Amino acid sequence: MSNVEGSGRPTQHEGAAQQDTSLTRRGVLGIFGAAGAGALVSTFTGPPGVGPVSLVSEAAPEVLVQRGSGWVGAALSRIDGPLKVRGMARFAAEFALDDMVYAALVFSTIAKGRIATLDTGAAEAAPGFVLVMTHRNAPRMQPMVPFGPNEKAAGNDNLPIMQDDRVRWNGQPIAVVLAETQEQADHAASLIRVTYEAEPATTSFAQAKANGTEGAVYFHHEIGDAEAELAAAAVSVDATYRTPYQNHNAIEPHAVTVAWHGDELVVHDASQSVVHNAWSLAHILGIEERQVHVTSPYVGGAFGGKFMGSHQVLAAAAARLAGRPVRLTLSREGVYRMVGGRALTEQRMAIGARRDGRFDAIIHTGTATHTRDSPHPEAFPFVSLSAYATGSLKTDLQWAFLDQVANAAMRAPGEAVGSFALESAVDEVAVALGMDPIELRIRNEPKTDPLNGAEFSSRNVVKAWRDGAERFGWAKRNPIPGAVRKGEWLVGMGCGTASHIYNRENGGAARLTLTSDGTVTVDIATHDAGMGTETAQTQIIAENLALHPDQVEFRLADSAMPGLVAGRGSSQTTTVAATVVEAKKMLVAELLTLIRADSPLAGLTAQQVGPRNAGLAKLDDPTRHETYTAILTRAKRDKVTVEASPDEPTEMNERSMHSYGAMFCEVRVNAVTGETRVSRMLGSMDCGRVINPKTAASQFRGGMIMAMGLALTEHTHYDERTGRIMNPSLAEYHIPVHLDVPEIDVIWTGIPDPHAPMGARGIGELSVTGTAAAIANAIYNATGKRIRELPITLDKLM
Amino acid sequence: MKNVAIRINGSAVAPPADPRVSLLDFLRETLHLHGTKKGCNQGACGACTVLVDGERIVSCLALAVQYVGRDIVTIEGLAGQDGPHRLQQAFIEHDGFQCGYCTPGQICSAVGMAAEARRGLPSHVTDDLSARRIALTRDELRERMSGNLCRCGAHNGIIAAIAETYARAAE
Amino acid sequence: MNPLTYARARDAAEAVRFAGARDATYLGGGTNLVDLLREGVERPAALVDVTGLPATITKRRNGGLLIGAAVRNTALAEDRDVRTRYPVLARAILAGASAQIRNMATVGGNILQRTRCAYFYDIDGSRCNKRTPGQGCDAIGGFNRTHAILGASSACVATHPSDMCAALAALDAVVHLEGAAGARTLPLTELHRLPGDHPEVETLLEPGELITAVELPPLASGARSAYRKVRDRASYAFALVSVAAVLEVKNGRVKDVRLALGGVAHKPWRAREAENALRGGPATARAFRAAAEAELDAATALHDNGFKIELANRTITAVLAELAGRK
Repeated sequence: MSNVEGSGRPTQHEGAAQQDTSLTRRGVLGIFGAAGAGALVSTFTGPPGVGPVSLVSEAAPEVLVQRGSGWVGAALSRIDGPLKVRGMARFAAEFALDDMVYAALVFSTIAKGRIATLDTGAAEAAPGFVLVMTHRNAPRMQPMVPFGPNEKAAGNDNLPIMQDDRVRWNGQPIAVVLAETQEQADHAASLIRVTYEAEPATTSFAQAKANGTEGAVYFHHEIGDAEAELAAAAVSVDATYRTPYQNHNAIEPHAVTVAWHGDELVVHDASQSVVHNAWSLAHILGIEERQVHVTSPYVGGAFGGKFMGSHQVLAAAAARLAGRPVRLTLSREGVYRMVGGRALTEQRMAIGARRDGRFDAIIHTGTATHTRDSPHPEAFPFVSLSAYATGSLKTDLQWAFLDQVANAAMRAPGEAVGSFALESAVDEVAVALGMDPIELRIRNEPKTDPLNGAEFSSRNVVKAWRDGAERFGWAKRNPIPGAVRKGEWLVGMGCGTASHIYNRENGGAARLTLTSDGTVTVDIATHDAGMGTETAQTQIIAENLALHPDQVEFRLADSAMPGLVAGRGSSQTTTVAATVVEAKKMLVAELLTLIRADSPLAGLTAQQVGPRNAGLAKLDDPTRHETYTAILTRAKRDKVTVEASPDEPTEMNERSMHSYGAMFCEVRVNAVTGETRVSRMLGSMDCGRVINPKTAASQFRGGMIMAMGLALTEHTHYDERTGRIMNPSLAEYHIPVHLDVPEIDVIWTGIPDPHAPMGARGIGELSVTGTAAAIANAIYNATGKRIRELPITLDKLM
Repeated sequence: MKNVAIRINGSAVAPPADPRVSLLDFLRETLHLHGTKKGCNQGACGACTVLVDGERIVSCLALAVQYVGRDIVTIEGLAGQDGPHRLQQAFIEHDGFQCGYCTPGQICSAVGMAAEARRGLPSHVTDDLSARRIALTRDELRERMSGNLCRCGAHNGIIAAIAETYARAAE
Repeated sequence: MNPLTYARARDAAEAVRFAGARDATYLGGGTNLVDLLREGVERPAALVDVTGLPATITKRRNGGLLIGAAVRNTALAEDRDVRTRYPVLARAILAGASAQIRNMATVGGNILQRTRCAYFYDIDGSRCNKRTPGQGCDAIGGFNRTHAILGASSACVATHPSDMCAALAALDAVVHLEGAAGARTLPLTELHRLPGDHPEVETLLEPGELITAVELPPLASGARSAYRKVRDRASYAFALVSVAAVLEVKNGRVKDVRLALGGVAHKPWRAREAENALRGGPATARAFRAAAEAELDAATALHDNGFKIELANRTITAVLAELAGRK
């Protein structure tokens, strides 16, 4: 197992590969977030047991045993619902500023080379024209800083932004036009004439592989001799699985409204990373971080696509040149040209098993497309590291470098596509063995993390399988492929395991203000792009402080607030929850300093009291109680404010922490046309405590629907001759529509994780994993056809 | 004013001078009615759905000047004096959204859909084209709402909210 | 979008007069044209709004229907005569686009909608003979999964995307036109052209000529009709292949059949080879399949769209078998 230990701290790595990864631990943890970082962390941070005691081991008993007001676990409707259903939630492109102008972009049409001529004369003569910005007149700026060692960086590349005549990908913005109206800006932009001196570019996957791939060192692991074990296995599967480029396609396009006030920049952003973006803009523009104020209270979907981009920089720079506020909304085409999505992957997935089903070998290797500047590895092998007990294991990730827009993290990056290969291959082994695929999975259930022997913090995936199988009616499944037919439709059932790494960010921090009217305000620079952050955290605060949610105001997504908490890696809830728990402790301590001798709480220590009924009470004698209002009034204080940061997130250093799910699917495949319809789905989840069943269920369904698109329809058409995306459109890039989506059943074990804040693990990305394989496996059961390349369009089934 | 103005949520408004201005941009940029959303500007997502004389359209593909003399209702005009439209309330109860960006379009579309169903308009999944009454089954609702994309995946909640509001009445 | 003028015509004569202006184009519901204007594919100087023209559906003395070109797609599908007597047409319309778009789109505009070929749309980055004659076609070596298998040329492999037109082709619809030189009619199947060497010329319309109405001849009382659309998701997607069929079976034999395909050619494709093979013969699945193959015999595949040939074969066979089996 040489590489397990060898893949230790990134700083130990030398040579060429290091720069490509530029992926320091921070990068791995943060972005891919999710992508199996936990398994890595346990190798990064030395042997189990040496890490500091996490706050959680201290806080958990208190939180888990002593219930507050009972709001955690309540099916609260979204707090922002009344605004959103009336169209009153204001998004980034909906701030109208005095004297504001509109921006339009011009994109390159070659993949690599330089701009030879750039004629803006006609544009400048167009009605309403205000300004054109190109590399010739753009202010001098620092390049983008990608996710990586700098904890405030959140870019997807490290490229200069309109600083030279170089073209680095097909679709790169090469001019910004400002005009009095959007129509005028669009028209003027269409009049710009550009010629290029093209250079040979690598735009095909085959060419990129032929050029030579490079290994991503953090993802190479070997335990035992997996190739030999595979060759000797009684039953084996060894196949290539392919997944295509895909794009996030949040319905709200990226947009920003910016205004300079002297040297201060105000940015209305659509962002998953407000503090990161404020820092990034300051760094790139050469001003102080405190001079940039980014807010993003409402975000129309993000999915990993709305971190720091070049459009915010272009808008700010153009606004500075023009001396006027600027609105820059990317067209739908612009979103595709400027923001990458999932990389293309070609995965070798092999499993060797004994006759009794036990795995002796798992091999998960292959190649993903990449750019030299991307911090996002599309680390598909991660999913195989902690999944199953196995005698031997080999994982490897190679990158093939193309001249294209840098890929981005797209919901469950790596794991979404890696789990398609792994969970399809498990199904193939089950078929080869004549064994039920659920029983096969349970037979290979690991007792400790297969990679490093770490204990699981809480793993109840077997229960999820049993509960799910019963509820779904799995026993009625006919294991013989193609055996069930209703009219033209072949019916099949399939399943797959979902898993997603637990993550908590290091940057949690909150400002909590309790006022004498008994209400509390909590400010954290975190984000809600639809995940339900505001609602879930309001519940957590209410629970912790024994308040009604109406007495809680949770404010977020403002770079002036405390915290460095990007909406990534399914980590916001855990990060913010840990922060709230810490803030509660500080508040209790602070309130005790205000207690006077005539208070029922007089003489008690922080260990003896806790929040009860909108105040504090002695834990073992709740009759000794005083309301927050009474405490503050008695002390003649209008309010009490505490700023809290939790301890470093070390709980996952000592343990293997993941959320899990048993995903079930029934499909109908038309025997005439090959059309596939998903007729039933069930997600049986094991994700720790569920904070809000209503919003959590929607999160799970949302992930499953995105995985349905991944499995069946979604495909970004990247023309390998030119490097140009040919379907930059919601008409030709097919996400599921209402008629594609059946009623989706969701259940969960509800078993709290004793090592996670509030007992909750992340849920945002979990159900995107495992589901695509469940669909593909159901298609196999329906038709006898094993499709190993996504999307499974009808032509593959005819 | 009937023939020179567009009525928007009950108010007469002069159309834009520039015929290129879409109804969507007119609502958002001139009238600052931001509830109607721009998702694709290609007629492919339905986020910009509004009601014209009670019929749902995508306002991104509508030139505002074409709608002189017509009666437009946007999400802002849907709620009555006495509170939100019952469908808006149902969307909250059934969690028919996450990010909320496609939501105004979904709601306006559903209002138009209900009117279509009431007058007996069949859909792609209607078995009997000649039927005079439409039973709003879940699949009928799904097909009829398929012009409104949702990327967060709130489809089940959306359909449940619409079913609660309209399906029983139509059946 | 280029600056342009807008005028709303009160009647066909006024529309034709307005359209005499330089670079004028007719505007219906806008569902295709506004998109093309925004993309810069179409760059007219003047828009002539024809949505105010007659939008009525009237019964002809012969039992047919005369449909005003300004009738909205929804209204046409909703019309009781269309639903009961021409179900293939109602079905085709209801299978197209979304409810919102059907509420906007006019019959005339639907007929004249342009291809969805991605290379046609990409004015900055791709070559297209339809957009810029003689430039070359980037679709032929590129993504062409949705492209034509019948009647394509080395200049153009685009398809006509309309569902409605496939039904109109199968129904022997006749298009009424009005232009500077007067009124005339054309069978719908002759209105659209195959690309040949001039894919930029898509119809036989004269400059400024306006579609004013579409006429449906009566159908025999024993005729049954159906439309089936195959696409990449359950709804709101263009057809990969669609089949519009009218079938009249008597005593187990095909008395009459009319068959048209959508999504396979530069125009709504009337499948006359298949019809000829079927007429007078047995109404059996085997005969249907043989007829389909006779039609698709001339099909050619590009890199990505070969599946459409078998898909068309299967879909034709299934639709005819379903119609033959109906009471």
